[in-house]
Amino acid sequence: MASKEIVVVCGPGGVGKTTVAAALASMAASYQGGKVLVVTVDPARRLSQALGFEPLHRVQRVTGEAFAGAGVVPRGELWAEMLDTKASWDALVSRHAPDKATARRILDNPLYKNISERFVQSHDYIAVERLFELHSEGDYDLIVVDTPPTRNAVDFLLAPQRMAEFFSSRLLKLLTVPYRSHLADAAARPFYYVADRVLGTKFLEDITEFFILFQTLSDGFVARAKEVERLLADRRTTFVVVSTLETVPVREAEAFLRLLPTRGLHAGGLVLNRVLPSYMMDLTLSRRAEELSQRAGELALELSSDGGPLQGYDAALVERVLKELGNNFDNVTVVAKREAAQRAELARTPSVVADVPELGEDVHDLAGVLEVGRWVWS
Amino acid sequence: MAHLPDLLDRKLLFVTGKGGVGKTTISAGLALLCASRGKRTLVCEMDAKGDLASSFEAAPTGFDEHEVAPNLWAMSMDPEASLRQYLALQLRLPRAAGLGLATRMFDFVASAAPGVREIVSVGKLCWEVRERHYDAVIVDAVSSGHIIGQLSAPQAINSLVQVGLVRQQTGWMLDILSDRSACGALIVATPEEMPVTETIETAARLASETSVGLAGIVVNRVLPELFGNREEQAFEALSGERATGHLSRALGGEALPLLDAARWMVKTRRSRAAHLQRLREALGGPGGAPLVYVPYLFLRSYGLRATRQVASALSAELEN
Repeated sequence: MASKEIVVVCGPGGVGKTTVAAALASMAASYQGGKVLVVTVDPARRLSQALGFEPLHRVQRVTGEAFAGAGVVPRGELWAEMLDTKASWDALVSRHAPDKATARRILDNPLYKNISERFVQSHDYIAVERLFELHSEGDYDLIVVDTPPTRNAVDFLLAPQRMAEFFSSRLLKLLTVPYRSHLADAAARPFYYVADRVLGTKFLEDITEFFILFQTLSDGFVARAKEVERLLADRRTTFVVVSTLETVPVREAEAFLRLLPTRGLHAGGLVLNRVLPSYMMDLTLSRRAEELSQRAGELALELSSDGGPLQGYDAALVERVLKELGNNFDNVTVVAKREAAQRAELARTPSVVADVPELGEDVHDLAGVLEVGRWVWS
Repeated sequence: MAHLPDLLDRKLLFVTGKGGVGKTTISAGLALLCASRGKRTLVCEMDAKGDLASSFEAAPTGFDEHEVAPNLWAMSMDPEASLRQYLALQLRLPRAAGLGLATRMFDFVASAAPGVREIVSVGKLCWEVRERHYDAVIVDAVSSGHIIGQLSAPQAINSLVQVGLVRQQTGWMLDILSDRSACGALIVATPEEMPVTETIETAARLASETSVGLAGIVVNRVLPELFGNREEQAFEALSGERATGHLSRALGGEALPLLDAARWMVKTRRSRAAHLQRLREALGGPGGAPLVYVPYLFLRSYGLRATRQVASALSAELEN
């Protein structure tokens, strides 16, 4: 990671991307030094309190006390920012609009709110766009960006391209030719017939007007989207894919890893989060657990007998506990083996694979973040 | 828990939750349970990722439903196909009437116009209910980040569109969606920090921004409680050096990892219990949403077997 300027942490939803992003950033700030920024969209409350994520673009520096509490004297600085999608969109529109009046008309349009919330995977696009802005400002040595939750991890990569495609699409052109002259266009006639009946003429006109306004942003947006794509493909940018070893996330992570090189992007590593410790699938231990269950009655009697280590305990109670120990090991073995099978599925993985064990508790302070970081950092 | 059984009496249930909590498995299990109780059931996957089919070990689902188990039909939502079907029904146009470009353009417009795409998706499901094609429609809906937009679509349409067919549709759809005895949303959560937080937020937004009621919360992947109080004391005593030494000798090898695995389970369950408590305090209680618990499944793989186990866990909870 030492030669990188941008780390994009991506992967399916619910696998702990934010924690891994925070872990990488805090390790870099602690041991590599320099000015490090971690950008996230929707951090868990306690984690964001610990790191000082604040809404509305307010960048916060993680305090020396937080590091002291984790027993670390950082070589560099750690900064944290929480991404505000709406504000970023507004800024983007204002920047690319030909003049202030047009920008205002777009921002005030009732359809704009919907666009900025949902259109063309807006969260994804806005995250890369903000990343680009931060990088070109050049204030940080390293930026770690945690990608927003999407229906599919791949959406994030395709966002700039989709944005460019949207503006150059034939559909947009058809729609933004002055409305009534369209009735002459044979290709679009069925659409207008249908849209008129379904949406009503008035609403259709509103939409067309909005698209015409929005199209004034086109040149700026398309140029910017291309620059953003170039930055993502740059050698200084690396992608860290996070997944758990559950079926659905693994399938998504695998697709994502396959896609990266085809788009000229660099996979820096795969982090497998919340993985069960490997002893849980040890065959000898499994047999031992089975034996423990079978011999629980006899062992319980020995343990609870006079002079035994559990003297005074009810033998039946001890037997239940021993059986439960055997049974529990059986259960975790099933899960550990399922995870191992999923790991095998991830055959085409990048060279760096880091495991973060299921720590059994939530990560909610810098010490916890750094603990995750030590597993990932190598 | 007296009002739980009517969960199965709903005609239309939207199953949502944070990504990765097991929405699809719960939807599939619930659908299987409905079907096994003699209801003609439709289960619909909204995001078309293809996980639903694997829950039944069935052929991939498409817009046209097919039977995946007795009494149970499965489909995947396709807004464009839904729109075509809708137009065919409303405008009496044949379903394949050279509307290719028109539907693509419509889809394009719909992505900007709030609620239009949602209305053709949710509308299709409401229509299945209204036409009484099924006794129960279980929707493996979008994740909680997107569900509000989907369920508030009729209101959004009402505020923006003054006339037109779409506007006319909102009335009867709202009637179905807001009928608490017929329709509701079910939020799936795992007892972890983010899923619980998102569940509480989603419940609040459902109430304030949509007309759909909260039918219940499914707490998924609940870890087993290994020990009661007295067992836990014995377990602590077993962790002592003499006891583990005894066990190791008797078993002919280290016994400590077996205890470690149990300690790991106890610790993990305990940290999750705090989140469960937060969920109960926020949404449970008298008059609150019913909470249904589904245990963690210790299975080698997810497929029909897992779906059956979820169905029987739900069934046991509902009979309590």
